Amino acid sequence: MPSVKLPKKSTDTDMTPFVDVAFLILSFFMLATKFKPPEPVEIKTPNSVSTKPLPENDAILVTLDSAGHVYFSMQAEKDPMLKYTVIKNVNDTRSLGLTENEMKNFVKTSAIGVSFGGLKQLLSIPAEDQAKVKQPGVPIKDSASNELYYWIRDAVSAFASTHRPIKYLIKGDNNAKYPQFKEILNAFKRNDIFKFQLITAVEDVPDGTELAKERAANEKAKK
Amino acid sequence: MASVDTGGGDSHKKGPGVKKAKKLSTRVDMTPMVDLGFLLITFFIFTTTMSTPSTMDLFMPKDTNKDEDQNKAKESGALTIILAKNNNVYFYEGQLLPDASNFTSTSFAKIRDEIIKKRKEVIASHVHDANCEKIWAKNKGDKNSCLDRDFVVVIKPDPDATYKNTVDILDEMTINGVKRFAMVDLFPQELELVQKTEGTFVAPPAAPAK
Repeated sequence: MPSVKLPKKSTDTDMTPFVDVAFLILSFFMLATKFKPPEPVEIKTPNSVSTKPLPENDAILVTLDSAGHVYFSMQAEKDPMLKYTVIKNVNDTRSLGLTENEMKNFVKTSAIGVSFGGLKQLLSIPAEDQAKVKQPGVPIKDSASNELYYWIRDAVSAFASTHRPIKYLIKGDNNAKYPQFKEILNAFKRNDIFKFQLITAVEDVPDGTELAKERAANEKAKK
Repeated sequence: MASVDTGGGDSHKKGPGVKKAKKLSTRVDMTPMVDLGFLLITFFIFTTTMSTPSTMDLFMPKDTNKDEDQNKAKESGALTIILAKNNNVYFYEGQLLPDASNFTSTSFAKIRDEIIKKRKEVIASHVHDANCEKIWAKNKGDKNSCLDRDFVVVIKPDPDATYKNTVDILDEMTINGVKRFAMVDLFPQELELVQKTEGTFVAPPAAPAK
């Protein structure tokens, strides 16, 4: 009996172009990626039309989370000894009784969100595990117990030895309340610091506004 | 047994004893490689932070109690914006009237129009000032800067205003080219007014009766 033989088509497809694209994407992400610096809490920053890039070094960063907790951190990757100077100073003036190891741990710690009293306990935990600890925030409530003021003061005096300009960054969460923000500003103001940089996400300039006209004029001038 | 192939009997064809080399396929099974590739892609997609943060400058004045150090604002050019909870925005022009009739409620979407309107009003009522223009010309600035020099926005976030509101309104200053603005605390009567409008006002228990 004659049977009609269907031609057997191979199920194999040529995956080469597919793999090409996949690896192209992979290499793009590998190059473009920048790992998030460890944060004590997740912060959703507001948007602004500002396009100034974020400084990465020589900065004092104060983080304000949605619950109103304040965290203090220093960005001094270039010379970690600065952080050591700060913690040594804090330890001496406040007689916290920190051990050498605990002070070295502070250098690796990304952010401090405890009062001076809770510092020893926080620093006894290895820096990598501190993210798991819930920190109550640096006390800022009233001017008498505004510990942020002392942190800023010590950090500024430590940075002074580098003779480089320092940036003062404030990173606030969308839902943080204004009074806490004001207390942070007050802590800076008491240190005679009046110029801050608020960390924001980029947003487009609305059409037809003054700024949009100004930027368009600048673009034209460049050409 | 095994024969030694001397080879070369035939010029174009190998002898009968020569085994044809098995043609191995050059195709490699790429599936594991692709698997790994996609695993890495997903890893990098999840860890990457795409939005590059930017920074917004904020310059605050030094606190002063001395009257002569405080910046004076012309009443005609002042616009006070009050930020309250739930993204509510209130504003009034000049001074707050005793009966609060110029206290107006608005929203973030509409506040820009109010700022632009007020700025136009100030520019329209500007009196030519040769002295001011001279100063700007000396500093190689734009002499049009004199036009809106009386325009001052006073930003008053109330205790329930969020950080986002504050940044948004500061951003609005940049967007609308407002050169003079100040961030100050709310007066008690303004706070009372806001709370009364929102229906959350609780009279202080020790308030003396009028």
